[in-house]
Amino acid sequence: MNGFPLLSVLTFLPLAGAVAVWLLGAGDRTRARTVALASALLTLVGAGFLWRAYDPAITGAQFTERHDWMPSLGAQYFVGVDGLGVLMVLLTALVIPMAVVVAWEVTENAAAYFALVLLLESGLIGTFTALSFLHWFVYWEFCLIPAFFLIKLWGGPRRGAAATQFFVYTMVGSVALLLAFLAVYLAVGSFDFLDLAAKGRSGELARALTAKLTLPAWTGIEQRHLPVVVFGLAFLGFAVKVPVIPFHTWLPTTYAEAPTGVTMLLTGLLSKMGVYGLLRLVLPIFPDQIRVVLTPLLWLSVATIVLSAFAAFAQRDLKRVFAYSSINHLGYCVLGIFAAAAATPADAAWDTEKAAALNGVLLQLFNHGLTAAILFAGLAFLEQRAAGARGIDDFGGLRRVAPIFCGLFGIAVFASLGLPGLNGFVGEFLIFKGVFPLATWAAALAAIGLLITAVFLLTVLQRVFNGPLNEKWARLPDLSTRERLLLAPAAALMLLLGLCPQLLIGHFNPTVMRLVEHLKF
Amino acid sequence: MISFSYLELLGLAAPEAIIVLAALAVLAVDLLVMREASLRDRFLVSGLFAGVGLAAATAWLLAVNVPPVGAHSASLSLPMLPGMYVDEPLGRLVKVAILILALGTILLSLAGEFTRHVGEYLALILLATVGMMLLVSARDILMIFLALELTSLCLYVLAAFNKRSPASAEAALKYFLFGGLAAACTLFGLSYIYGLTGATGLAEIAAKLAAPTPDPLLLAAVVLTLVGFGFKIAAAPFHLWAPDTYQGAPTPSAAFIASGSKVASFFVLAKLTSLGLAPAQGGASWGAYTPGWVPVLALLTVLSLVLGNLAAIAQTNVKRLLAYSAIAHAGYTLLGVLAGTPMGLTALVFYITTYGLTVLGAFGIVGLVEEAAGDCRLVDFAGLGRREPALAFCMMIFLLSLAGIPPLAGFFGKFYLFAAVAAAAPNLGMLWLVVVAVAMSAVSLYYYLQVLKQIYVAPSPEAPASLRVPATTRVLLILIAAVVVLLGCAPNLLLGPLLAAQ
Amino acid sequence: MLAWTVYLSFLGLLAVLLVPAGNARAARGIALATALAGFFAALLGTFQFAPDKGVQTLVRIPWIPGLGIQCFLAADGISVTLVLLTGLAAVAGILFSWNIEHRVKEFFAFYLALIAGVYGVFLSFDLVQLFVFYELAIIPKYFLVAIWGSTNREYGAMKLALYSFIGSALVLIGLVAAYVASGMKTMDLLELAHYPFPAALQYWAFPVVFIGFAILAGLWPFHTWAPTGHVAAPTAASMLLAGVVMKLGAYGALRVAMTLFPVGLSVWRDAIGLLAVIGIVYGALVALVQQDFKFVIGYSSVSHMGFVLLGLLTLNTVGLSGAVLQMFSHGVIAGLLFGVVGRMVYDRTHTRDLVELEGWHLRRLLPFAAGTFVIAALASMGLPGFSGFAAEFQVLAGAWTAFPTYALLAGIGIVVGVAYTLRVLQKSFFGESEATAEAAHPLPPITLPERIGAGLLIGATLLIGLCPRLLLDLIGPSFQSSLFEQVVKGGKL
Repeated sequence: MNGFPLLSVLTFLPLAGAVAVWLLGAGDRTRARTVALASALLTLVGAGFLWRAYDPAITGAQFTERHDWMPSLGAQYFVGVDGLGVLMVLLTALVIPMAVVVAWEVTENAAAYFALVLLLESGLIGTFTALSFLHWFVYWEFCLIPAFFLIKLWGGPRRGAAATQFFVYTMVGSVALLLAFLAVYLAVGSFDFLDLAAKGRSGELARALTAKLTLPAWTGIEQRHLPVVVFGLAFLGFAVKVPVIPFHTWLPTTYAEAPTGVTMLLTGLLSKMGVYGLLRLVLPIFPDQIRVVLTPLLWLSVATIVLSAFAAFAQRDLKRVFAYSSINHLGYCVLGIFAAAAATPADAAWDTEKAAALNGVLLQLFNHGLTAAILFAGLAFLEQRAAGARGIDDFGGLRRVAPIFCGLFGIAVFASLGLPGLNGFVGEFLIFKGVFPLATWAAALAAIGLLITAVFLLTVLQRVFNGPLNEKWARLPDLSTRERLLLAPAAALMLLLGLCPQLLIGHFNPTVMRLVEHLKF
Repeated sequence: MISFSYLELLGLAAPEAIIVLAALAVLAVDLLVMREASLRDRFLVSGLFAGVGLAAATAWLLAVNVPPVGAHSASLSLPMLPGMYVDEPLGRLVKVAILILALGTILLSLAGEFTRHVGEYLALILLATVGMMLLVSARDILMIFLALELTSLCLYVLAAFNKRSPASAEAALKYFLFGGLAAACTLFGLSYIYGLTGATGLAEIAAKLAAPTPDPLLLAAVVLTLVGFGFKIAAAPFHLWAPDTYQGAPTPSAAFIASGSKVASFFVLAKLTSLGLAPAQGGASWGAYTPGWVPVLALLTVLSLVLGNLAAIAQTNVKRLLAYSAIAHAGYTLLGVLAGTPMGLTALVFYITTYGLTVLGAFGIVGLVEEAAGDCRLVDFAGLGRREPALAFCMMIFLLSLAGIPPLAGFFGKFYLFAAVAAAAPNLGMLWLVVVAVAMSAVSLYYYLQVLKQIYVAPSPEAPASLRVPATTRVLLILIAAVVVLLGCAPNLLLGPLLAAQ
Repeated sequence: MLAWTVYLSFLGLLAVLLVPAGNARAARGIALATALAGFFAALLGTFQFAPDKGVQTLVRIPWIPGLGIQCFLAADGISVTLVLLTGLAAVAGILFSWNIEHRVKEFFAFYLALIAGVYGVFLSFDLVQLFVFYELAIIPKYFLVAIWGSTNREYGAMKLALYSFIGSALVLIGLVAAYVASGMKTMDLLELAHYPFPAALQYWAFPVVFIGFAILAGLWPFHTWAPTGHVAAPTAASMLLAGVVMKLGAYGALRVAMTLFPVGLSVWRDAIGLLAVIGIVYGALVALVQQDFKFVIGYSSVSHMGFVLLGLLTLNTVGLSGAVLQMFSHGVIAGLLFGVVGRMVYDRTHTRDLVELEGWHLRRLLPFAAGTFVIAALASMGLPGFSGFAAEFQVLAGAWTAFPTYALLAGIGIVVGVAYTLRVLQKSFFGESEATAEAAHPLPPITLPERIGAGLLIGATLLIGLCPRLLLDLIGPSFQSSLFEQVVKGGKL
């Protein structure tokens, strides 16, 4: 792209949009949302252009820009995308316009709402493109701010507590992450992800950590385990974000209290940041350390999958059901990532399995982002119509009064439970395909999760859409044109991706293969 | 039989002679000519005479027959009476300081209405000044005692000068009784010293005392002498007279007692200990105590610092507060004596001179307030900062200088004293005294701030008594404040000559 | 040019004193002009400054030649950074006290005296001179708080003055000891820093001097003056207190205690580092439960200054630079926070009780203040992009090598910091409770001086947050100079 800073432009475009919304839209909702949607769509176009321009044949980062930022610390402004990055940018650019449309009727202080959404987009794209830790961390933290205010200002009755809980929990993770990467920096003097990955692979990082830092005596941990401790801190940072059980306690309250349009962003995009972090910052840099504690990590993943499925099963609030279901789906990603790091004899067969698992993870990331966005968008529409009611038992027989809505929503639910032919299936299938040979017991246990998911999602379908019509909702209007315009293309996309996952896989498979290559001994 | 020329003596002691003449002139003019004039005119005319005398003496000291720098003190005394009267550069500077303080006192009293005996009052101040000057020159225990008594007797009377006030009488009586007792102790101690050595000159005494182990009798003598001086300089635990006297005496008298007499007493105390009692010095290093006058003084120092500062906190009357602060300052100044080194002496002179000036100024303002409000409780100062901004600012400078806040003279004096005493014993042995002193100066800030709080923070009373401030007093106070600031910002102005005179 | 900051402040002080008592506008104008002139002098001096030449002499003349005491103004990158901060805080403080109507002349006179003393400390390289300026700052502080303060002002002012004075008393003891032990020839910091003081002396003198200074920096457990003082102080004074005066302590600890007594430093650093970390965590925890808006900010200052002290004790260039950067950063951020709390909120609502404020719905009444506070709060949490992050990050980096345990604890402090900041943010501006009667009335709008002041400080924290190089390039090389040779060596013992 001979020097055009496409990624920086993509990052700052929504920021400019946010400023424009703020300036133009104060007090004028129509103008605010128009400007917001325009900038979101513009970004989507840019992201689409990036997707097209990205050349899967080239391994390694593309569209790189690199400037010195704090030379004394070796901190740089360094952006670039590989298959993973470009996928996430695309997902972000897709989901944000949906979030804008979902919040179309927001009444209170619309300009601020849309400006914050766009700010969030800016932060997310920044996170997915930055390739140097400090620079990346700026965006990582920056995402919290709009999310916090979106929850705080437009959330449910207990929004204050929820917003704080969300922020503080995530911050715990961030601090742990910061400490971990400080240790890494002190050991090898670099913040560059690519550089760190090379050092992590060769074992230089672990040697340097052990040599240059000392653990205090009271911890009782042997010095040679220091790299594992550092890995643990980094893992904690992402585990809170994903979230991995038992670090998930912030999630149900937050998802329930956030306005549904925001929950959509939280689950569709913010939770992806965690998985993205594991893929970008943990798996390539700490492969050996993952292997040391692989069994506990797999247990954590399995626990996340199974327990969240059970929890979702037990919820009566639709939002909470889908919140736990999100944990469940991301659990598969985590499982896939750790399984891919499993110690295996170096023959090509294992590479295929690992590649399958990781391809599945990436696919699942995208698909879940899309599906969850649609699910929550649907929930938002339902909530808007039902004056805030969203209990699983509040409805019944909606199929009869709102068939289009139920149809589209149903597609999303089926995608979510992994029905073949829809997008969800491919990702989960690939993950299980990869994980089974690598960690058979974990895959077997995780399959329980699949089962429960099916059960509770079907329960939802049955309780809400089928059964006798709840007379209260006899006059529930079906989707408006605007809402149809939002859900229908998204449903089509789910179908398309279910049938031709290659559209995505083709883009990131080389990146995954390279990662797999690096994960060898 | 040694013969000597009175003319020579007069030549040597010309400044003292000038002051005596001035005192006589003041008496004569007031009694003979000004009898019927108004009180104010009497003060003015007599004050003029006194002022001229003081100025003349100062000029003499600074200009005429200045002894060469670095000359040994013994060589400058009268050959036939060695040690009776010594004329040395440092002594001259101290005398100049005393003269300036006396002048300040006289200027303060010009507007006074506490007495009708103007001539006597001013003459007594001048005579007390003579006593102090002699004290500075004396290097002989006999002479020291005589000069001490001359000073003291004048001051007793000065304290009693407000005949209409029972407090003044009480002040004088207390001062007199304690002073008499102190004089007796001193005399008793000095007589022991004479008995042990058979000499009265400080140099001879030192020579005779140069025995390896101190005689217990000598220690008793030392203790007794120091007890006497302790009364004189109002060091704890011999300070009991000070608060009552400061409070009751007419303000100019109290100011003079607190400033001029202290300068002279401390200087001679330092000379007595470092010259005459040098062999019985002892040591007060931390963990390495040896008997002598140093530990005795160290005890007095610590007691004064602690007692003075802590008791000052509880005071509600500003004069009493200043009295307790004076006790504390006696403690600081004693550090210079304790050091027993030339540096200690320089520091002492610097400190006590600037202290004298500062306290003179402070008493000046307290006097004005007392005159207007009838008392000088803390609350009487409320809102002074609004009513009299210039004077309030001066008071702030004085009090902060007393507290040792830079860039005022008091800070630098303290710093120099602390350095001197820390350097006096090997391995910073006496640093513990510095620690006590520094800690106590932190305490002192509290009560000085209490006064300043009234002046600047507290609201004015409903109907505040308006201050009657004579122009001379105002100018004098501002001048003193300026000097206090100047000596803090450029201590070399005073320190340079002092170091040169060493 | 840097020396002019000191001269100009004194000239301004004189000019304010000469203004007739009733003329408030003239006093204000002169004060602002002085502060601006000082700030520009600082900026100009910064541009002319060559960071890699070590300590650069500005003025050096004998002051008391008999005792080897000089008038010695000089600067290295650390001084320059802090002088800049002082200039900035001084201007902002005056803008935030534009509404003072009570004894205006005196207010600005004390204010400028304080500023002059602060500039002086940062530029002094003779210890007596440094001490003189250091103490010069105490008395104006007292009066600023006692006369123009609010809650419990006389108590707060007295506590502040006495703590400061006790601190400087400790310093004085150490200085006298150093002066005497080195032969009473000089008080020149550059010379004394190379004087090999006996170890026995350093063992006790280091903690005495360090703690003496660190009292003013809010070192736990000597921090108690800070919250009460900050709360009692008028807005401008609390901005200066937290923004600049606390830095005096940290600066002195670095400049004097650590350079003079490196051996003592190596013995005591673990213990004092522990105090610093306790300060970080304790300050944050206490801030979490305060009911008074200003107390929260006051305790947060204690916590943030803990980072400065921790950074100093890491003894490596990264940590030390981080500490100095944190001084700057906290100065700006705390100034901003106090500006919002004291001027924008308290002067209008006359309450700082968080429970009451919840009912005011200030977000609607004072949107500008809300926006400013949000930015200040985010910066205070140490979010990247603001100066606080660049600084705390470096401190943590330094601490990781020096004391990993403390680094972990400090990390906990950061998290608690986020918690209390969010709590206070929610309660103050984003209150949810039933609207109280007062909330219905419009409040006086935020004035132009306030906006400018806030803008200045926000600009500074963002600028340094995004381009920390601007200051780090000044600070970093300073630690290579011979003055810190022993200190940095001590870190590698």
